[in-house]
Amino acid sequence: MQNDGPLRTIFVAFLLCVTCSVLVSTAAVKFKPQQETNKKLDIKKKLLLTVGLLDNPKAKADEIERAYQQVEPQIIDLKSGNVSNEVDVESFDAKDAAKDPRYSVAIDGAVDIAKIKKKSRLAKVFFIKKQGKVDQVVLPVHGKGLWSTLYGFLSLDSDLKTIRGFGFYEHAETPGLGGEVDNPRWKELWVGKKAFNNNGNPAIKVVKGTGKGQHEVDGLSGATITASGVQALVNFWLDENGYGPFLAQLKRRMNNEY
Amino acid sequence: MSIKKTLFDPLFNNNPIALQILGICSALAVTTKLETVLVMSAAVIAVTTCSNFFVSIIRNQIPSSIRIIVQMTIIASLVILTDQILKTFFYEVSKGLSVYVGLIITNCIVMGRAEGYAMKNGPIMSAIDGFGNGLGYSLVLIFVGVFRELFGSGTLLGMTIFETVNNGGWYVPNGMALLSPSAFFLIGFFIWGLRTFKKEQIEQE
Repeated sequence: MQNDGPLRTIFVAFLLCVTCSVLVSTAAVKFKPQQETNKKLDIKKKLLLTVGLLDNPKAKADEIERAYQQVEPQIIDLKSGNVSNEVDVESFDAKDAAKDPRYSVAIDGAVDIAKIKKKSRLAKVFFIKKQGKVDQVVLPVHGKGLWSTLYGFLSLDSDLKTIRGFGFYEHAETPGLGGEVDNPRWKELWVGKKAFNNNGNPAIKVVKGTGKGQHEVDGLSGATITASGVQALVNFWLDENGYGPFLAQLKRRMNNEY
Repeated sequence: MSIKKTLFDPLFNNNPIALQILGICSALAVTTKLETVLVMSAAVIAVTTCSNFFVSIIRNQIPSSIRIIVQMTIIASLVILTDQILKTFFYEVSKGLSVYVGLIITNCIVMGRAEGYAMKNGPIMSAIDGFGNGLGYSLVLIFVGVFRELFGSGTLLGMTIFETVNNGGWYVPNGMALLSPSAFFLIGFFIWGLRTFKKEQIEQE
């Protein structure tokens, strides 16, 4: 066949590659801003749902933005617990920063119960204020489940002990099993639990059975590994390698205010 | 072949999953929820239709020594395009589908139709054939998805049908339905049912 000459073959292949790559890269570049917006909006929505500023999971963009105005983000240094001015509050993303050599720090394997290996030394926390007073503090948390890393928000009451809300915005656990971490009923179980024991250590336990105790949350049947991952990640982030120093600082500051 | 035959044959007479046993892997992976099934079906239909169409247009220009690569390139580009569109306009659903849209590239149905039909037929008929095969694939997927979501989570399209125990109801969800092997059984039952009615599909010993 005349189609099969080597020159012709190379020519057809070349032409096809150029056409396809132009098509694909145009689409990628053109859609990128919208995709970024979608992603950011989705995270904001999950945050608002977690703290209860938004009830409707199908809320539209303007509704989300309006509710989000009540949220005050702040960049903190995890180790000292101090407020940091090193980066821009709006654009900072702890997930990207954990991979950025400027901010990334390795976590010692012995204490890395959330199995995340490294973290950003800066973090973005959120304050929800009511009548000028801090009502809730929202801490982004993440850690390994069964298949994936779960990213979520943990909201603490102004006593910095009681959990006000908990939810994940990104994970890839099995739908129906580990994916039940998204079940509103399960998330409700967390509300009102005490994250710390009397000695001030993180004490959340995900247990089989009823989860009646003030530190205990009923586990997910069929999702033992996801559930223990969730327990580990909550306790990791509330401990000294996570938000421990920040919470201690904040407590002192809030006591002085009153 | 007539347009009608090309379009509807892949539904029952020559179903890509049930008779040709193609595209099983994605049929197992995306069928836990009906919503993802529907989006996946739409994505596959779009890709098979377009890829058949474009392959057919340039079928006389494709050197036969690199024809598989050429088909692959066209299919891959279309799949990436579909994935980008989903991510941009249907963000929530695309999160649920995660990698599986990308894996349409490896779906044997798309490749099989490009090589088996579009290389020999005109663009319009090829597009119809692609659409029909996409429909045939969707039919099985929807069948599997309905059963898996209903028995695994007690819901359909996220609406509660059976109130599950987790939500304070009476239905104990069948955990097996949520795991991939259950789709094997369901596809098996589908093929069994189909061959009971269409005896000619039974393979001879």
